Amino acid sequence: MIDFSLDLRSGVSPYLQLVQQVRRALRLGLLDVGDQLPTVKEVVAKLAINPNTVLKAYRELEHEGLVQPRPGLGTFVTRTLVDETLAAHEPLRRELRAWLDRARDAGLDDESIEALFTTTFRRVPDGVTR
Amino acid sequence: MTAAIRTERLTKRYGRHPALTDVTVTVPTGRVVGLVGPNGAGKSTLLGIAAGLITPTSGEIEVLGGRPGQDTAQLARVGFVAQDTPVYGGLTVAEHLRLGAGLNPGWDAELARQRIARLGLDPARRAAKLSGGQRAQLALTLAAAKRPELLLLDEPVAALDPLARRDFLRGLMEFVAELGVGVVLSSHVLADLERVCDHLVLLAESRVLLAGDTEELLATHYRVVGPRGCADALPAGVDVVQAEHTARQSTLVVHDPGGALLRSPCDAEPVGLEDMVLAHLTRAAGAAPAPTTEEPLEARR
Repeated sequence: MIDFSLDLRSGVSPYLQLVQQVRRALRLGLLDVGDQLPTVKEVVAKLAINPNTVLKAYRELEHEGLVQPRPGLGTFVTRTLVDETLAAHEPLRRELRAWLDRARDAGLDDESIEALFTTTFRRVPDGVTR
Repeated sequence: MTAAIRTERLTKRYGRHPALTDVTVTVPTGRVVGLVGPNGAGKSTLLGIAAGLITPTSGEIEVLGGRPGQDTAQLARVGFVAQDTPVYGGLTVAEHLRLGAGLNPGWDAELARQRIARLGLDPARRAAKLSGGQRAQLALTLAAAKRPELLLLDEPVAALDPLARRDFLRGLMEFVAELGVGVVLSSHVLADLERVCDHLVLLAESRVLLAGDTEELLATHYRVVGPRGCADALPAGVDVVQAEHTARQSTLVVHDPGGALLRSPCDAEPVGLEDMVLAHLTRAAGAAPAPTTEEPLEARR
């Protein structure tokens, strides 16, 4: 079962951290179809966190079609993220490498590249990150 | 939907001293609301009025749609834990539970018994012999076992060490999960608020500075770092809450409810809850001595 943690210095909201941790576990194959997520009460007891935050995270995951609540039983994984994105990784990596080469050719150092990436990344919300 | 607390120009004065000034705020139900501000901001007064213990000087307040303390039914709907989580030192834990059962018509004896057992509190122990954290947990259990719709807690964790504070908040959050009870808690301790409060009301100098859902507030506050004077280049609709300058650089905390920053060339990064709250409090403290406060302290929503 997935074990949640919270980093309150990250600037990422608690609910989003939970969503991201489940997505990451699904991507890495740590969670599989049929696996149960901790109950809201278990997460509350572990993290001393607002239950509404956990509910919001689980609703978000449900909305994304990743989990399904079964009344009286809990919330279960219905889909993993392993296969879907893996195929796309390699071409994206190639493009990123080419982009990095161009950035270096243009004279950017590592920090400038990172800053450019981060600011651009923040400007383009993915629809979930508000 | 009925609000947990709804006030309209609520004002309380003690002689010439204003404790609350024109507070107009709506606090949603079923949420965990943080009432945040420095000592003397008016937090206790607001909670006391909501509990029906203090009569306002003027203005209106509704708690769960009713008038605070109007009758026994209203009193039963609201649980109140006063500052420093008071209990009777001479009474044992079990006697506290018996007292709760005798005084509250909707008393949930099973809930109280289970919680006391889970906390590992000895029912025969006198409250005076409990640790601060245990006394706070006992007071919380008493308030929750009366099964109110709304729990008001005045600075419940202020006197607790970090471990006891975390334990207390965990206990409180478990009650929220189990009972679906709404919570309004005041605090001048900012740590841990982000994990428990999904709505914030920021008070300073008897007025509301800021109120809203925690997520939304955090999503509309940014830190902007740029060349000195960059504040002047910010798009309209962006409120500069705090500005610090060096010879060349300005560091701003801004509130951008309209999303204007995203369309501007400034570099904006997210700001944490603590920094956001402190920025607003700092501005309020700076504005306070000037008697010509032209509405900058009004609630922004």
